[in-house]
Amino acid sequence: MNLVAFLGALEIGCVYGLVALGVFLSFRVLNFPDLTVDGSFPLGAAVVATLIVAGADPYLATAVAVLAGAAAGLVTAFLNLRFRILHLLASILTMIALYSVNLRIMGRPNVAIIAEPTVITPFEGLGLAGLYLKPLVAFAVVAIVAALLARFLVSEYGLAMRATGANPRMARAQGIATAQSTYVGMALSNAMVALGGALFAQMNGFADITIGTGTIVVGLAAVIVGEAIFRGGGIVVAVAACLLGSVIYRLAVALALNADFIGLKASDLNLVTALLVTVALILPGARNPLKALLTRGGK
Amino acid sequence: MIRIENLHVTFNPGTAIETRALRGLDLEIPAGQFVTVIGSNGAGKTTLLNCLTGEVPPTEGRILIDGTDVTLWPATRRSALVARVFQDPLAGTCEALTIEENLALAAARGTRRGLASALHAARRAEFREKISRLGLGLEDRLGDRMGLLSGGQRQAVSLVMATLRPTKILLLDEHTAALDPRMQDFVQRLTRELVEAERLTTLMVTHAMRQALELGGRTVMLHEGRAVLDVADEERAGLGPADLVALFAEVRGQELDSDSLLLS
Ligand SMILES: Nc1ncnc2c1ncn2[C@@H]1O[C@H](COP(=O)(O)OP(=O)(O)OP(=O)(O)O)[C@@H](O)[C@H]1O
Ligand SMILES: [Mg+2]
Repeated sequence: MNLVAFLGALEIGCVYGLVALGVFLSFRVLNFPDLTVDGSFPLGAAVVATLIVAGADPYLATAVAVLAGAAAGLVTAFLNLRFRILHLLASILTMIALYSVNLRIMGRPNVAIIAEPTVITPFEGLGLAGLYLKPLVAFAVVAIVAALLARFLVSEYGLAMRATGANPRMARAQGIATAQSTYVGMALSNAMVALGGALFAQMNGFADITIGTGTIVVGLAAVIVGEAIFRGGGIVVAVAACLLGSVIYRLAVALALNADFIGLKASDLNLVTALLVTVALILPGARNPLKALLTRGGK
Repeated sequence: MIRIENLHVTFNPGTAIETRALRGLDLEIPAGQFVTVIGSNGAGKTTLLNCLTGEVPPTEGRILIDGTDVTLWPATRRSALVARVFQDPLAGTCEALTIEENLALAAARGTRRGLASALHAARRAEFREKISRLGLGLEDRLGDRMGLLSGGQRQAVSLVMATLRPTKILLLDEHTAALDPRMQDFVQRLTRELVEAERLTTLMVTHAMRQALELGGRTVMLHEGRAVLDVADEERAGLGPADLVALFAEVRGQELDSDSLLLS
């Protein structure tokens, strides 16, 4: 693996680290298997690209993309809490709807912003080669988000959210408004995923309707890899593990793709990811709460 | 003070599986009284507690706490007034969270939860002190996951959790039933100490007649959703477990008599 491939893996690992954090919050903290992310990731990309092309400030455009992601999470939570639609189904409904919404937002399947200013533009004058700059910015963003998330989860409100996912009956007995913390958590989760999408579009110079496919599996893979490597420890370690899991997963993928003797092509990525997650789910004795959640279809 | 007026709870009304769990229960409990509640399976004891916590909405009737009508308050709002220990040690705590995180959850019961850190030095010191009083050595394991504790240890911690915040009412639903005899005695003693120290208005459901008479100052027997026996003070002091069982049988016997009358 050469330097370019290494830095590329680092960059994409950090961008999808945001997805991993979002998936961690919904699946692990709230116990809410949420597939909305396949729609909210491209939603973030679509909103940011469309606004940037229209001449909006990239930072403002990114903020709007984050809010759009939060709204998507709220819709899924609403379908589940208000109408008692099963988690997975509620999130699939939102995800499918978002496909059309994203096309509407972009007006076409692909929007290029390669020549437009992005959130990275202000840092380009600092004399750092573009090669290093993008992974650095991506890392800075995901590290800040992870730190904020970890701080949130050890707060009174964050602890209440964890109790909501772990034991809702007990949570209510302790005076926790479980519906409210589910709404907040789902909004935060999808906001982080949309931020990942917005960053992805700006790093790669385009938004495309297809970039969402398999986002959830990639996010799960990152969470699983992180949990496998960093067992035990408190919530702060678990949050850091998501981020590191995402980077390690991308590095492993880059290694596999670069090793000619395996004969993998970039387009095999989704297959490899699906296999990895499947193996993680069926491995006997794997300390894997996702396993219980997914194989039983959630509570 | 708790006042329960003409409380009715009907599950699945109008269907083949309609269950009238409570059928016009009246009960008045002065502040600070410790009441033990007995009754056969399905008598409505848990339903009564669920009505007090707000988990089950009454079909009819009123519940007043210190003169305030709380009948329509949701469980989250009631939690400021009512603390509860569940029968199932797993139900009252979060096993995925640490002991101190569980305690922190309970320490904020009924308050607004903001973005301040849930655990800080002062709080940890308070938890340590409260948990060390249990004498189970758990004060050195506050960072352990709750799931690592035995059922009895969890019930003991649940009791501490229930009394971390000032509360008006403590509800105990067969909270010693899942424990071995030694742990049962321990949790029973702990219950008595905590209730006395905090002067809590307490309702404790139990199937153990001895426990029902040993603890508290008043015993109420529920049968088919109504209070059929209510003894306190001297009258109760004169009763033994066998007397209670006999009274129990008498109540059910009368029932049989009236049934046979109806049938004949
Ligand atoms: N959520 C519910 N839905 C339908 N029926 C219920 C529900 N909860 C309780 N019941 C029924 O109401 C009746 C009273 O139940 P409850 O749990 O209050 O009894 P209990 O006195 O606590 O009995 P036990 O000693 O077995 O715990 C029972 O017939 C029970 O099947
Ligand atoms: Mg019961």
